[in-house]
Amino acid sequence: MQANTYSLEEIRNDFPVLNRRVRDDKKLVYLDNAATTQKPNQVIDAITDYYQNHNSNIHRAVHALAEESTEAFEVTRDKIAKFLNIQNREEIVFVKGTTEAINLVAYSWGRDNVQKGDIVVTTEYEHHSNIVPWQLLTQETGAELKYIDIDDDGELILEQLDEYLSTGKVKLVAISHVSNVLGTITDIHNVIKKCKNVGAKVLVDGAQAVPHMKVDIASLGCDFYAFSAHKMLGPTGVGVLWARKELLENMRPFQGGGDMIREVHKHETTWNDLPYKFEAGTPNVADVICFAAAIDYLTKIGMDNVRSHETELTKYALEKMSKVKGLTIYGPKDPQKASGVISFNFNDVHPHDVATIIDKNGVAIRSGHHCAQVLMEKLNVAATNRASFYIYTTKEEVDTLIDSLEQVAEVFKL
Amino acid sequence: MSGDPIYTEMIIEYSRNPSNYGKIEDAHITRHDSNPLCGDSIDLYLNIDDKKISDVKFDGKGCAICMACSSVLTEMIKGKSLEDVKKFEKDELLSELGLEHLIKTSPVRIKCALLSLKALKYGIYSYFAEKMNDVESAGNLKEEAANLY
Repeated sequence: MQANTYSLEEIRNDFPVLNRRVRDDKKLVYLDNAATTQKPNQVIDAITDYYQNHNSNIHRAVHALAEESTEAFEVTRDKIAKFLNIQNREEIVFVKGTTEAINLVAYSWGRDNVQKGDIVVTTEYEHHSNIVPWQLLTQETGAELKYIDIDDDGELILEQLDEYLSTGKVKLVAISHVSNVLGTITDIHNVIKKCKNVGAKVLVDGAQAVPHMKVDIASLGCDFYAFSAHKMLGPTGVGVLWARKELLENMRPFQGGGDMIREVHKHETTWNDLPYKFEAGTPNVADVICFAAAIDYLTKIGMDNVRSHETELTKYALEKMSKVKGLTIYGPKDPQKASGVISFNFNDVHPHDVATIIDKNGVAIRSGHHCAQVLMEKLNVAATNRASFYIYTTKEEVDTLIDSLEQVAEVFKL
Repeated sequence: MSGDPIYTEMIIEYSRNPSNYGKIEDAHITRHDSNPLCGDSIDLYLNIDDKKISDVKFDGKGCAICMACSSVLTEMIKGKSLEDVKKFEKDELLSELGLEHLIKTSPVRIKCALLSLKALKYGIYSYFAEKMNDVESAGNLKEEAANLY
């Protein structure tokens, strides 16, 4: 941990887009980091360097560029292993994002391990990517899909998980490490422990966790873990599925094609070793390679520092926002229990109108259902506004967001 | 914020007090539509008598633009003949609220503005094509609705 080295100014200087002026020459205030984060020069330079100096397909040709590219591609896998304390590098599968990772599990593991009468458990605060694949699976197999509800503080009611597990029918619990709408941090160690006690598998959607806090997969003890590069300074189009080796070994391939095979004959094929069995076709070579620069960047700052910066900002924002008349905040009010995500509604103004009006000030937030319509139903709202922070977010930017709400009040004569 | 090109007095007023807001029980035409990305979600209800729109209402949840445009659309088509309503163009609706610029300036918000018109075109199509079994009168309303934005 490098406790005193967090320089917000230095960090911001690495992100050219943060100097953008938008709309009527307003300074950009980017608060949509839960959707995707901005990229530092180090990542942008890495992708340029790759295409200018190394571009080649990987894993096959023997020429110099192919060797360089293959090595760089595999270096990213090693860096991920170190970053998340993963013991076996062959358990790290590159996919195009968290959504694909979850679908891979639903298809390759789910189709052979979930049957009629079984239960798959998910939660009310899941992203559609951790609901729809399980709907498809359970509808196809005749299994049942159950939800863990949330309470008024936006936290999971884990007694319901106990009830489901007590039936002895639960095959899988698919659960977010951090809610993308409420920012709630799941009591994931507790969930995994409960599941392990009865032999249920656990898939963790870590898309909103890995970018924001230290995640140690070895100590978690789950079975599958998924996340995306673009939410942690990396490029779009790269995601990771981590799964236990013995599970991957026994799973059928997700896609057939080049690279995932050992031998192909007219009527039979044998599979390549892990992780390549699940990496059919030319992967996203350039973006996987430059993802390493994002991991290096976060490692240099230190994930504990990332977390404490965001906690401080969230505390600051929650204190100020709770004083704004007509503002409803959804989710935990304790910054220790949440990631840097604040969902809110302002009086009865539709979130799209809020977002459009404050966008004139350069403030970029997300408005809508955040791919979490099940949660919207629970909260009994059509949509919410969501401000989400990252390593470069400043208190002044939080102030600009809150000041901009005054303009919304003015327009709507509140 | 004076002179805001979107949030004019008229839009704010309609969003606060929408016209023809509510449900028609057992309406001759009911059409639900939504914009999945922003959460606008409305139902449009139409009664047809003597080949005219004798009554029209809408309900649902949406942003100010969606509420205002739905209100104005229902005002504009009430009492009109189906033949006239079939020819109703999006420019007529947008200009009524001074929102023509949205087509160029905001490809996202144009969907909010035109959601009710899309529901109207689909609704009348299904009235002719499915209820009256009159494919000829239904014309290409379905394609128009699909390509509205």
